[in-house]
Amino acid sequence: MMSRFQKRVGFSFTTVALLFFNAAATAAPLKLVLTGSSTMAPLVSEIAKRFEAKNPDIRVDVQSGGSSRGMSDVRSGMADIGMVSRGLKAEEGDLVPHTIAIDVVGMIIHKKNPVVALTHQQILDIFTGKITNWKAVGGEDRKITVVNKAEGRSTLEIFLSYFKLNNRDIRAQVVVGENQQGIKSVAGNLGAIGYVSLGAAEFEEKNGTAIRLLPLSSLPASAENVRSGKFPMARPLNLITKGTNSDVGRRFIQYSQSSEVRDLVQAQFLFSPQP
Amino acid sequence: MFKLSSFFRLNLDLFWGRLFGILTAVVACLVGLILFFLVRESLPVFHELSWKDVFSKSEWYPMSGHFGMAGMVFATVAVAWGALLAATPFGIGCAVFMVFLAPRSLMIAMKMILAIGAGIPSVVFGLWGLTVLVPWIAEHQPPGASLLASIFILGLMILPTVALTSYSALLSLPSSLRQASLALGIGIKGHVLSVALPAAKNGLVAGMILALARAAGETMAVLMVSGNIAAFPSSIFDPVRTLTANIALEMSYATGQHRAALFASGLLLAICVLVMVVFAHFFQRHRIHE
Repeated sequence: MMSRFQKRVGFSFTTVALLFFNAAATAAPLKLVLTGSSTMAPLVSEIAKRFEAKNPDIRVDVQSGGSSRGMSDVRSGMADIGMVSRGLKAEEGDLVPHTIAIDVVGMIIHKKNPVVALTHQQILDIFTGKITNWKAVGGEDRKITVVNKAEGRSTLEIFLSYFKLNNRDIRAQVVVGENQQGIKSVAGNLGAIGYVSLGAAEFEEKNGTAIRLLPLSSLPASAENVRSGKFPMARPLNLITKGTNSDVGRRFIQYSQSSEVRDLVQAQFLFSPQP
Repeated sequence: MFKLSSFFRLNLDLFWGRLFGILTAVVACLVGLILFFLVRESLPVFHELSWKDVFSKSEWYPMSGHFGMAGMVFATVAVAWGALLAATPFGIGCAVFMVFLAPRSLMIAMKMILAIGAGIPSVVFGLWGLTVLVPWIAEHQPPGASLLASIFILGLMILPTVALTSYSALLSLPSSLRQASLALGIGIKGHVLSVALPAAKNGLVAGMILALARAAGETMAVLMVSGNIAAFPSSIFDPVRTLTANIALEMSYATGQHRAALFASGLLLAICVLVMVVFAHFFQRHRIHE
């Protein structure tokens, strides 16, 4: 009795499987797994959605967990492609980077602040609490409010690595999470200075929010300077693969670098590597 | 016949008793499970540091292994009690006015306004605080984002809760009290201060506990106006970071020990609220026995 039942189940499974394979013969259900940087995951998820819509036979699975996870998952073969939000080091030559966007950070102050530029050393002194009044850098007699980012945020990491600072050395008066909160905090305080994603700051500045972007190392924070690699406070967002790559993986990377996803890159306040 | 019906009733009582017993157990288990989960998730961080470090230090740099939360515990308690102290006089005043003094139409209008106020999402209060209140304080005492701003915003948020619960407490007093006061020739002032408020004390305190718990657990609004500096404030104009804001600010990008430390701050918050509620409970019991 039992065995007949099992046979019947086994038979029907075979039938279903055969039907499935017949249907799939024309369109193999391929799966692409990406893991890594939590900064990149939102952008790559958006790209993956559009990629899936254009290629209904491919499923793209995007998981965050940090750049180092992306790196080790690609090496171990757990993921087809890794997301790493920095340039690769010399000892990571076994992996190939494909830049899909650039994450840039810009310094902002209140629009009505008369200070037009700050030197590298002045910004360092302000953030470490050695300068606490705008008078000391040629501004009005007003207390400086330092707006810092919360630990774990990518903008904080970029800022710290550019100024070679430890977060413990920073004497902040306000700590913010998202870019919007940072922009509103600076726009609402005449003495504030902070840093946010350049794309977000440019957008808000254009729309009349009371903030102003400061030039860095006397370079204005512009798209051209970012793409040419001259603007200093930036880092590449890379998809990484091992030397060999599947056909689907190659297609996804090409798509991610194409002009078809430029609007998605800009929507995340990031810069495309190509103009 | 009589015997049969009493038998059924007994069984029915037993049934309902068991049902509600089970429901109560489920709620208790849920709270227990949440606590267990918080302890389990935060355990890794306690391999490296002791409770003493967590409570005695206020240096919070989780990426470099500094997990002092004393400043944040202080901020959480200070913000919640500050908001309650600010909101209570206005809330109870509102309730007294509505119950004893206002004409009926005005009373209904006020009740509606308070109900709407209680329903405004906290993020709206936060946004208003960030774009209006904080810049205004910053003009006089930078940085603006401060303990004061948090207390003000939270006080505004819990004011409708305090007012509405106080209103219900005063309204549920037996009308015989009012009649007795009238018969004795006691005026409104005397009735409110020496009769109604003492008689409604339990209800008033229950409402305040509710408001206190809401203030301690509030996240978004505080996150936007408090400045989020984890150190002890030296004045009311200094920025503070509450335990809730700490979790909301860093959880989305935290991994490993950092994440465990955030769960530990959730555990601390649960303990803080527990202590406050128990404290309020004993305070209430004490006052009844008086």
